[in-house]
Amino acid sequence: MTIVFGIFLLTLLVVVAIGIVRAENLFTAVMLTGIFSLLMAANFFVLDAADVALTEAAVGAGISTVLLLGGLALVPGRERSRERLHRLALAVVALTTLMVVYATFEKPRLGDPDAPVHQHVAPWYLEMTPELVDIPNVVTAVLGTFRGYDTLGEVIVVFTAGLGVLFLLGLPGVIGERNVDDLAVGRSYLGHHLVPQVVGTLLIPFILLFALYVQFHGEYGPGGGFQAGAIFAAGMVLHSLIAGEKESLMVISPRMLVLLMAGGALLFGGVGILTMLLGGNFLDYNVLAENPVAGQQWGILIIELGVGLSVTGVLLAIYHAFAARSR
Amino acid sequence: MWVLSGLCLTAGSAFVLIGGIGLLRMPSLYTRLHAASLTDTLGTLLMLAGIIIQAGFTLAAIKLFAIAVFLLLTGPTAAYALANAALLSGSVPQARLLDDPEP
Repeated sequence: MTIVFGIFLLTLLVVVAIGIVRAENLFTAVMLTGIFSLLMAANFFVLDAADVALTEAAVGAGISTVLLLGGLALVPGRERSRERLHRLALAVVALTTLMVVYATFEKPRLGDPDAPVHQHVAPWYLEMTPELVDIPNVVTAVLGTFRGYDTLGEVIVVFTAGLGVLFLLGLPGVIGERNVDDLAVGRSYLGHHLVPQVVGTLLIPFILLFALYVQFHGEYGPGGGFQAGAIFAAGMVLHSLIAGEKESLMVISPRMLVLLMAGGALLFGGVGILTMLLGGNFLDYNVLAENPVAGQQWGILIIELGVGLSVTGVLLAIYHAFAARSR
Repeated sequence: MWVLSGLCLTAGSAFVLIGGIGLLRMPSLYTRLHAASLTDTLGTLLMLAGIIIQAGFTLAAIKLFAIAVFLLLTGPTAAYALANAALLSGSVPQARLLDDPEP
């Protein structure tokens, strides 16, 4: 059954990818990238990777589509037409495709338990998680503790990307010359549409609540800081679309956004420093509590909170940076 | 129980299929929207109802019910927003009475 779904979804992926390349209207291309991400999320879910599917759906299909649309408001809506065919580019792409196809011949069968990827450290993670960390979701254990350095690196990457966008575009009130007061009161995209306004206002509390659930339930089910941050940011973007940018920046001020961005990453790194001060290694949560297992759980809870704060701050700051520039 | 669930699932799939055909065959944006909103609401809700019947009175059923409520709120809103945006951008619905001659 997985094979049937897989073939169906992957065929659709190829169709959508060709559609994105061929679309000259950039709005169409952005919408198609959203559909691409959603198909990808379904694909991950079919392969039982619920955490990755949730991330792809929240970040890829949700927030990035919004950010791309925000960027699209600053540029012309159509792709510049190209007359001549780039033979060199075509040759490079064809060659790469052939090489990738050739590489798949060596690939083990889908779900083969003897595949090298399932023989390396994965069995150890599966075996030791109940003993060392004692949480049901192994993915969270791997992300938070076994591979904590990688996750810290990812948070720093997200933080750096956010900083880059803010320095390029500016964020009213914090970076650049514009002040929050310069933004018009009640300047919103959906404010004068009654039905989306009412339904959106009704949904925002539940979206934020769901984000908190995903954040703090990540040890027991799919979810964690990255997904929760994206969902929380999506809820606040909806608020900004309905109530207006300025009103939304009064709920979470620009200074607060920057604090969230840096504070989340700092919280993550701070846990590492704390464990060093308590006599352990960097990000070795065992020393955080009397019982090493409880220490691990505390550590994961705190660093996931750091991830969530940072991702929320970065995504919201980028959205506001784009929105403040348009019009 | 299984018959009822199967009926719901089949009816839901039929509505999705009809919506899909309508989306391809209808002549204008508004009629297409009319066909597509069928998939959103009736099709998905019937399928969810079918799965809820299979799930019985469990936590999964409550989650599915929550999804159904969410879809019931957002689906028509999205359809409305799309139609409203089309109308505001100057696409006027073309209407004529049945007795009118072909345009």
